[in-house]
Amino acid sequence: MVGTIVFIILGLIAVGAAVGLLTSTNAIHAALFLVINFTCVALFYLGLNAPFLAMVQVTVYAGAIMVLFLFVIMLLGAERVPLSSRLRWQVPLAIVLVAALMVTSAFVLFSPQIGVSLPDPAPLGEVGTNPQGFGSPGAVADSLFISYVLPFQMVGILLLVAMIGAVVLTKDDKPHRETPRRKWEELLETGKYIETLDE
Amino acid sequence: MLNEIAFLAPTSWYIILSAILFALGVAGVLIRRNAILIFMSVELMLNAANLAFVAFARTFMDLGGQVFVFFVMTVAAAEVAVGLALIVSIFRTKQSIDIDDLHQMQG
Amino acid sequence: MEALFSLIPLILMFPFAGMLINLFFGRRLMVHRDSVTPGVLASLMAGASFVIAVLMFIGLLASPEGASVPLFTWMSLGSGSFLLDIPWKMKVDTLSVVMMLVVTGVGTLIHIYAIGYMHGDIDEQINKRGLDEAAAFDFKRRRYSRFFTFFNLFLGSMLILVTGDNFLMMFVGWELVGLCSYLLIGFWFDDPGKGILNSSAGRKAFVTNRVGDFGMLIAIMLIFWSFGTLQFDDVFARAECMKTEPQAVCLTRSAEEITPAGGEGEEGEGHSALSGVLARLKPSEGGPEGPFATLIQIGPFALTLTVVATLITLFLLLGATGKSAQIPLFVWLPDAMAGPTPVSALIHAATMVTAGIYMITRSNELFAIAPVSGTVVAVVGGLTGFVAATIAVAQFDIKRVLAYSTISQLGFMIAAVGLGGYIAGIFHLATHAFFKALLFLGSGSVIHGMEHGHHHASHEPDTGHSHDHEFDPQDMRHMGGLARRMPITTTVYIIGALALAGIPPLAGFWSKDEILLDASTNNFLVYILLTIAAFFTAFYMGRQVFMVFFGKGRSEAARHAGESTPVMTVPLIILAVLSVLGGLMNLPFEGAHQLGKWLEESVRFAHIAGFNPSVAAISTALALIAIGLSWLVYGRKPLGEEDRDPLYGAGPVFTFLNRKWYWDELYETVFIRPYMRLGKWLADTVDWRFLHDFVHDSILAEAFKGWGLILSKPVEAGVIDRAVNGVAQIIDGSSRGLRRTQTGYVRNYALAIGAGVIAILLFIILRLL
Repeated sequence: MVGTIVFIILGLIAVGAAVGLLTSTNAIHAALFLVINFTCVALFYLGLNAPFLAMVQVTVYAGAIMVLFLFVIMLLGAERVPLSSRLRWQVPLAIVLVAALMVTSAFVLFSPQIGVSLPDPAPLGEVGTNPQGFGSPGAVADSLFISYVLPFQMVGILLLVAMIGAVVLTKDDKPHRETPRRKWEELLETGKYIETLDE
Repeated sequence: MLNEIAFLAPTSWYIILSAILFALGVAGVLIRRNAILIFMSVELMLNAANLAFVAFARTFMDLGGQVFVFFVMTVAAAEVAVGLALIVSIFRTKQSIDIDDLHQMQG
Repeated sequence: MEALFSLIPLILMFPFAGMLINLFFGRRLMVHRDSVTPGVLASLMAGASFVIAVLMFIGLLASPEGASVPLFTWMSLGSGSFLLDIPWKMKVDTLSVVMMLVVTGVGTLIHIYAIGYMHGDIDEQINKRGLDEAAAFDFKRRRYSRFFTFFNLFLGSMLILVTGDNFLMMFVGWELVGLCSYLLIGFWFDDPGKGILNSSAGRKAFVTNRVGDFGMLIAIMLIFWSFGTLQFDDVFARAECMKTEPQAVCLTRSAEEITPAGGEGEEGEGHSALSGVLARLKPSEGGPEGPFATLIQIGPFALTLTVVATLITLFLLLGATGKSAQIPLFVWLPDAMAGPTPVSALIHAATMVTAGIYMITRSNELFAIAPVSGTVVAVVGGLTGFVAATIAVAQFDIKRVLAYSTISQLGFMIAAVGLGGYIAGIFHLATHAFFKALLFLGSGSVIHGMEHGHHHASHEPDTGHSHDHEFDPQDMRHMGGLARRMPITTTVYIIGALALAGIPPLAGFWSKDEILLDASTNNFLVYILLTIAAFFTAFYMGRQVFMVFFGKGRSEAARHAGESTPVMTVPLIILAVLSVLGGLMNLPFEGAHQLGKWLEESVRFAHIAGFNPSVAAISTALALIAIGLSWLVYGRKPLGEEDRDPLYGAGPVFTFLNRKWYWDELYETVFIRPYMRLGKWLADTVDWRFLHDFVHDSILAEAFKGWGLILSKPVEAGVIDRAVNGVAQIIDGSSRGLRRTQTGYVRNYALAIGAGVIAILLFIILRLL
């Protein structure tokens, strides 16, 4: 009972935030809506006996990724979104597609022939207790470092590579960019340094 | 203490929610023209998928779902880093992040 | 005496060896311009053959039935009763030996004569062509040796003909002598001016002979189909057998097995049992007479023996008329005078033309079965004798007269053998060979004398006559008074002329008289024809002698003519002697008849005739009257230089005879011109206009071009090009359409991906339904 109500409230908030992300004109606003969404999802994780994941969600997604987004938005000055579009039929078609997607999903879930029937999650014990420690950091760590250690290491390498890639991609490659020392040497030679003293 | 918090709804509701969020993410990818916003929609989609994973993990009492979510998050983070780096370098050339400006590879 | 008979192959080997040596080495053998080596070699070979013939004669004196000497098997095809087994066997019997002696004897003399004659003839040609020293020598070397090559070849061919043991061997010799005749008549094919005439004459001889050969070949085939064999002995034996027994039985017998009805069976000794066995069977005793009704199966036809024999003999007659120049195929002989004189003498007087008579004599058994053919043969011979004699009266070329005389005398011989007088025919054949060869060689001597005279005259400074190129040394009108200039020639010539005219006691009288005797008892019409012919014979010979040798020379050439060299005159003298004494061969008196008795051994139906004084007296009287008449016309008042022949007074008759009864013109109109027209029509219309122009050009070429046009324009351009280009255009269009999906906008691609996802989902869902 409690869970259902909480779920509905949180669900509405999450969907609302997603819609806000879709429709906002300002990129900063969109980013903030996404943060709200992430937070809701983190709360869902809590309710689903995944506390470790909830914390990781907040830390990584809301804390790191969104911050990165915001940095880039502000760096590029991209908060304003251009208005006119050259592809006028894109948006209606997208809506149609999304509707179709939703219908299909509903079909998958609810049609009598092919709808999947999912069991309800079983309660763990008394309300509020988790004697097994399902979803606890310890349990997740056990699984991660024993059963799935190879993917774990690979993901680590992946992160390393992404880091290197990010650095390389944003590297400046204009070789003759003026450094201050060169600029000063040029001024000394040409004797124009006297004019700069007036600034 | 956090282990003890739990509010459970029928699993199918979680899946429905995940589907809705996913659909909204798809809409975002298709509709928005700002590259960064498209990226954010992609994150939304990933999140929706993560939610479904966790719900299933709880339903079938399998920690594999949660581990998978962990990996997805990691990959998402790496992807965001590289993607944004790309956007930055594109911006340096084109001075715009409207993806409609990037149509040179047309036939 | 068997051993002597086995020498017979040498009689062929000598002439052919001579031919081969002259063919390959003849030129080298002539070391200088007047060398006579090829001629001497050829004459030696001929002489050697004569020696062999004499040896055969001696052998036959001891064993008159003769022998058949086998050499090798030529072909052996088929089986059973129709086995075509042709061995190369040489038959030595009295008939063939008579022929051999005549051929080789006279042949040798003519070879010797030709040694000298050809030198002169070639010199004449050299002068005509104006060759220089070196060219002249080369020319002489080539032509001289060539002549003797051909001459020896001819001798060998004639000997094959007479020594053949079967019809096919005889036919081989028959054809070969025809070939030699062609080669030798056209010997001067490149004479400037007359060359084309010479080669035309050669061709005429060959083609006319060929018509006769066609008849002969049909006769041979009929013989084979009727009797299953071609060997003389076997054919005649089976023919005899078929008089009484059916064909199937007789076909299995050979000569040795036949036992004559009424005669004693005897194992034949030697190879020719026929003559031994059947000689005992005279025609008048034993054996059935009259038309024979035994059925002979020839292919799908079944004919009686008499009919078959008649057919065979008539076709044989056709062959004989070709080779022996009878009506209707005699037209080649006068033209054949275009060849050198020794050729005329040997081939066209003494030997080749007698082949027909030999052949009929050899086939006497078949003629006995078909008496109708005998009559036909006799009438043909009689008519020919008559016609040719009348033509000879009106000719001006010395050799032409002799040519028609030959045809006429051959008519006598043919008539004789047609009437069954085989002995008379062969007798006349032999004597005629002597005096006709003598006359021809004599005329050659005269011609040479005229040519010498022409040369001498043209070298004299003050003749005042124009010696044009049309000087004809053979035209009797330009001769005259040659008796003083060429005494030996004159004498021998007169002897020959008298012999030909039939004046006793020369040889010609005896033989001609025997023929006339046979004719008088058997066929009155033939007798009349032959008597008239004999009258004309004497007349034209007298005319010729008076025109040529007496009176005064009617041209410079005649006035300056000279006698010939001994190499030419000696054979003449020998032949003259033979002409005088030849009659001794077969005097018709009791105790004589040597030739007759001789020939009886081989020729079954030969019969020895007697002597009828009245016939002899009539013929002699007529001959003397004719000679007297010719003296009246030509001898008493010899012709002057510009005089026309008195016989012109006979007007159209003379012209008719002079133009040879327009025989050649008749053939020209009836056969030759339509044939040429047909040939031209075939070539022109059928081949050129129809096949070439119409079929090739109009149909084939046009069709091809039309097809080409069809294929190139509508098919190639319209269909194929459009198809190929169309495919390209389709691809182009479709690609242009498909290219529109590549917009370059990321969002469109994302849309597409989304749509794809939906599609897959739907697919999976629907599959699960």
